[in-house]
Amino acid sequence: MKVDNSPMIEVCGVSKFFGSFQALSDISFNVSDGEKVVIIGPSGSGKSTILRSINGLETIDRGRISVHGMDVSLPKTDICKVREEVGMVFQSFNLFPHKTVLENLTLAQTVVRKRSRKAAEEIAMGLLRKVNIAEKAHAYPAKLSGGQQQRVAIARSLAMNPKAILFDEPTSALDPEMIGEVLDVMKNLAREGMTMVVVTHEMGFAREVADRVIFMDHGKIVEEGTPEHFFTNPTHERAKLFLSQIL
Amino acid sequence: MPDNKSTHTPIAVGDGAAIPHKSDVGLFTAWRIAFFGSIVLCLFLAFGRPDQYMAIFMFVPDGIWVTFKVTLGAILLAIVFGLIAGLGRISGNRFINGTASLYVEVIRGIPLLVQLFYIYYALGRFIKIPDILSAIIAMAFCYGAYMAEIFRAGIQSIPKGQMEAALSLGMSRRQAMRQVILPQAFKVVLPPIGNEFIALLKDSSLVSILAVSDLLRRGREYASETFNYFETYTVIALIYLIMTLFFSKLISIMEERLNEGR
Repeated sequence: MKVDNSPMIEVCGVSKFFGSFQALSDISFNVSDGEKVVIIGPSGSGKSTILRSINGLETIDRGRISVHGMDVSLPKTDICKVREEVGMVFQSFNLFPHKTVLENLTLAQTVVRKRSRKAAEEIAMGLLRKVNIAEKAHAYPAKLSGGQQQRVAIARSLAMNPKAILFDEPTSALDPEMIGEVLDVMKNLAREGMTMVVVTHEMGFAREVADRVIFMDHGKIVEEGTPEHFFTNPTHERAKLFLSQIL
Repeated sequence: MPDNKSTHTPIAVGDGAAIPHKSDVGLFTAWRIAFFGSIVLCLFLAFGRPDQYMAIFMFVPDGIWVTFKVTLGAILLAIVFGLIAGLGRISGNRFINGTASLYVEVIRGIPLLVQLFYIYYALGRFIKIPDILSAIIAMAFCYGAYMAEIFRAGIQSIPKGQMEAALSLGMSRRQAMRQVILPQAFKVVLPPIGNEFIALLKDSSLVSILAVSDLLRRGREYASETFNYFETYTVIALIYLIMTLFFSKLISIMEERLNEGR
């Protein structure tokens, strides 16, 4: 289905309204296979909204979003198929509290991917080792720290073998001393070549990992470029002001 | 209802008997006094005044069994009705949502006794089913409407992120509801369902006006033969009291177990 050199994620002229409030206006950008894009901007700038639109958790009013050649905005597209290919990691982790860590990882594998329980558990254990939390496989999420929960959430998303992962402020709900362990997992993923779109306030991470930084304000893309360009020599006043406030 | 330390938003339903909880010392003591007091009183009446009371105690047990069958049958069926209507109430489909909402509003607006007459005789005109079954269906149809609101509130009390996480893993809405939302919602709705069970146990006495020989009707039959109204209804009231207190205790134990779970 996919034309070889077409981008993994294509966002084209997207606008969205919440009532009369315009949350997104004419957003366009592409993410190619293996690319890491970091979206930053003040709160309320629409960065989470555009991320959530990519896997259909938000609907859009104008424009087009396609993922791996599938048009998310068309009603005839099976949105479940899109979501199978695009993982998502949330600010509030959203682990399933009534299931153990291991079951959190195997549920979608067995229900959606139709893997056998044994195969799913093998994959799950491998991923839990990868995010350094294999010893908690049989614990319930409530017994885990925030950082541990978020690492499990990342592993849960990886268990579906996604082609890309969206991160929606993955460290914003964490105590400062736990941010590092989650960012380390994300950096490892980046090194392995995972396609990533990350909404974050962690400028250090953006600088180190991003191939491209997108700066948004009031629902628009204000500035877009390499981290080097963005952090050392931003063109727009709004971006300069934002950086001076947070750095 | 005593304040129990549930991790979820408690759903306030002001029906049924107060379920005793250890944290509510006053009610807990009251439960003991009432429960053991009624048992002692029953024993005293049966063996201390056997000529007046023994015959009543021999006559009514058939009715206890019928009352129990009606209550259990109706609550199970009401849970099914309630779950379907509750899911309908949160459905995005306007027709399904409208139908479920109409069911809830219409049923809640009509007295249970009127509904019982209506369903019992209306149903009887078209199909021939045993009296007790039609009484169960009538009770369940009514309680299903209240149950629907409990299920709706229970499902909506689960954080939105749970559904989003399930969807973002590629699950369909139906799969997410079944695997992720409902198992969590069941824990939230269990206490109010227990409450409904007690309320239904008491309301089941209404079926005695239909041709169903439940506990109250057995009492009426006995009293109208012997004219011992006072003695008969004393026994009937005591038996109902023992039953509701027994079940409310059972439910509170179940609830505690559930909260210990994790």
